[in-house]
Amino acid sequence: MKNRFAHFWRSVKLPLLAFTLAILSGGLLIAFSDPKVIALWKSPGKLLSEGFLVAIKAYEALFQGSIFDMNLTHKRFINGFYPLSETFTVAAPLILTALSVTLAFRAGLFNIGAQGQFIFGAIGASYVGFHFSLPPVIHILAAIAFALVLSGLWGGLVGLLKARTGAHEVIVTIMLNYVASYFLLWLLSTTTFLRKGRQDPIAPEVQENAQLPRLAGDSFRVNFAIIIALLVAWGIAVLLKRTTWGFQFRAVGANTLAAKTAGMSVPFVMTSVMVICGALAGLGGAVQILGSEHALTAGAAGSFGFDAITVALLGRAQPVGTVLAAILFAALRAGGLTMQANTTTPIDIVLVIQALVVLFIAAPTLVRAVFRLKNVKTTSDMTAKGWNG
Amino acid sequence: MSVELRAITKTFGALVANDAISLRVEDGEIHAILGENGAGKSTLMNILYGLLQPDSGEISVDNKSVTINAPSDALAVGIGMVHQHFMLIPVFTVAENIVLGHEKTKSLGTLDLSQARAEIARISKEFNFDVDPDAVVETLPVGIQQRVEVIRALMYNAKVLILDEPTAVLTPQETDELLTVMKRLKSQGTSIIFITHKLREVQAVADRITIIRRGKVVGTALPSATQEELATQMVGRPVVLALNKKHPAPGRSLLAIKDLTVTDNRGVELVKNINLEVRAGEIVAVAGVQGNGQTELARAILNLEPHCRGEIQIDGENILGRSVSDAIHSGVAFVPESRELDGLISSFSISENLILDVFDKEPYGKKLAMFPSVVRSEAEKRIQEFDIRTQSVTDPVSSLSGGNKQKVVLARELSRPVKVVVASQPTRGLDVGSIEFVHERMIAERDAGRGVLLFSTELDEVFALADRIAVMYKGEIIDIVPATISRSDLGLLMAGVKQVKA
Repeated sequence: MKNRFAHFWRSVKLPLLAFTLAILSGGLLIAFSDPKVIALWKSPGKLLSEGFLVAIKAYEALFQGSIFDMNLTHKRFINGFYPLSETFTVAAPLILTALSVTLAFRAGLFNIGAQGQFIFGAIGASYVGFHFSLPPVIHILAAIAFALVLSGLWGGLVGLLKARTGAHEVIVTIMLNYVASYFLLWLLSTTTFLRKGRQDPIAPEVQENAQLPRLAGDSFRVNFAIIIALLVAWGIAVLLKRTTWGFQFRAVGANTLAAKTAGMSVPFVMTSVMVICGALAGLGGAVQILGSEHALTAGAAGSFGFDAITVALLGRAQPVGTVLAAILFAALRAGGLTMQANTTTPIDIVLVIQALVVLFIAAPTLVRAVFRLKNVKTTSDMTAKGWNG
Repeated sequence: MSVELRAITKTFGALVANDAISLRVEDGEIHAILGENGAGKSTLMNILYGLLQPDSGEISVDNKSVTINAPSDALAVGIGMVHQHFMLIPVFTVAENIVLGHEKTKSLGTLDLSQARAEIARISKEFNFDVDPDAVVETLPVGIQQRVEVIRALMYNAKVLILDEPTAVLTPQETDELLTVMKRLKSQGTSIIFITHKLREVQAVADRITIIRRGKVVGTALPSATQEELATQMVGRPVVLALNKKHPAPGRSLLAIKDLTVTDNRGVELVKNINLEVRAGEIVAVAGVQGNGQTELARAILNLEPHCRGEIQIDGENILGRSVSDAIHSGVAFVPESRELDGLISSFSISENLILDVFDKEPYGKKLAMFPSVVRSEAEKRIQEFDIRTQSVTDPVSSLSGGNKQKVVLARELSRPVKVVVASQPTRGLDVGSIEFVHERMIAERDAGRGVLLFSTELDEVFALADRIAVMYKGEIIDIVPATISRSDLGLLMAGVKQVKA
């Protein structure tokens, strides 16, 4: 037990320290980008205390916007948790999309294409959602199933190209992301997808029966998607640990030559892993539409597919880590909006913090030097694997 | 020139690589340092050459204490070294490589090689080296490349030459030539420190032998000592060098290779029209100098080579052109040439490595499900049976020593139904104890009625194990001979010289 704890601590130490460093340097940035603070440059003492206050205020707003907000509790205490509901609403699709990147990492592939796969999932779910009228539950299942098929094929295409022709998945997925984005734009201009009476690219709202049920009443957006995401994360952990497929994925990811020599079929692994990865990101797109957005728009995918890469890195390509990292990033994103509204700090600072987290994770020597540590487990081998594929 | 090392100690963390080692090399002697892999020989020599600094102890040259902080200091006092892995730039010529770091220039700053060229030619002639100063290094055979290293050391006036495992990369002929060169250098007054674990070579050239085990000097010996005595000191327990091998009783044909040709992506033939048969209960060794198509032949039997023609029958059934998995499950056990590269997955646990090619077969897995508890309990049995020294089967395989890694490979390959064992260089880089284990296991497989196809570049191994020897040269099997052939005749065959039988 003690051993397991030590192991757990070793693997979370670096992400935790990297996050701390990012928050600290983010704080400096918030303080010194505020004109009020800069105006005090003549008296260093005031400058420091004012700067400190500004940073604390910004982070307080970040917390209020992501977890709990006292100001919302004057009617009912429970309303104060509205921000937490927002965090989990954002977290659900992010968890699923990041799991797609994580699984690909484990099989030695670098899936940059989660964005495109997300889009195809969203298209599939949206189409079945608004075009058909089906009974409750069945409608949701049908919409998700179609989303999985579309995005699975889209992802599988990458695996097939790689297995058959050796085309590098990084290049292929980057290009396919463009194809997916523009395909979505075109689709939204067709009569099937364009909402009646609208000129801007927005599809009809999915029918009531196809919407994922909310978990905590109508005043909170948090919905069934987060449960799906957590179940799928658990499923991926089981897949990797306790199934013959997962064993092959990990083997090919860790040493393709040895896997081949042991009789595993590398083309099969590459194709099937990319089908599953595509379906995972696509499921993210599906729950985004069915759970919170309800209508497909040109910007439905936001930056989920790219944030997913960051989240998977921060989660060290482990399902549990990915879930935790996704919730953290979702909190930053939800809180960023409130921070921008309540203080003068722009939401972009959240992006800077996210970027710094990744920077510090990718530069473990730096973190080690700052905190004077030895033996921090690094992720560099993982990322290097992804590119060598 | 004489060199003396006194009480050299070097530790790496908890590991004591050199524990108060003292030794003296006299003027004009060949002093062999004998020890297993990991005994601390290379560490000691790297200290003498200035690549590592000792924790304590001192070095003296001609009875004067010296400090060696860098290879340049070593060269300055007359110590040169030829590394196991050559420090040459492949696309440079011999002369360019030799002047590297000591370039002389003409007035306008252009490189002046004429002096170096003349000097190389002189040394080459003096020692009968046959090295062309203008040859590009990558076009030269390994044996000649090694001489380039020797010439470099001599040009910087090395009076003591350290040779670190110089024969590991050489063919038997090249080895013999190197031994002759060493004697000639000695007769010209150069002292040589000869690092090796090969007993025969030590006996052939050494004047004195220092034996190192686990970082300590455990004794000195004269070359008149028997191989058994030397091996016993080196390993620390009695070693049986001659294997106890029963007369072969070959049965039916288990592996039949017919007209097999293997080509690479560009269509170049790496294996040419090979016919070879391995019967039940015999060991056929494929001898040959590294790089004559043995690797490709071994991989072809497992369907790992994509471009093949011909037929490979396992117990009468053709498997060529089918999947790797088909080859494995038709009864081929495969010990690949490189454990690290394609034999094991270093980041996986020992228990996972033990099921790499049977993970989806019962009792380990069934369809999609795997049974980790069975995997673990079966692994416990394997580490008992194959004497794999580890704390836990869940440790990563990378934590094991070379010998134990190879035992993991053997344990995996020999613990499923097997008809033919294909072993590529199965003892490369192993210590004597592990070599013994592997050899005994190969013979046990033979005696249990399996066919063993052994690929080896070590003549000692070929002679110790083989019932028949197939010699490969430039992708062809140029002869199949009984194991009673003489060492020198086999050496000639490996060099491509086929005698006309009277």
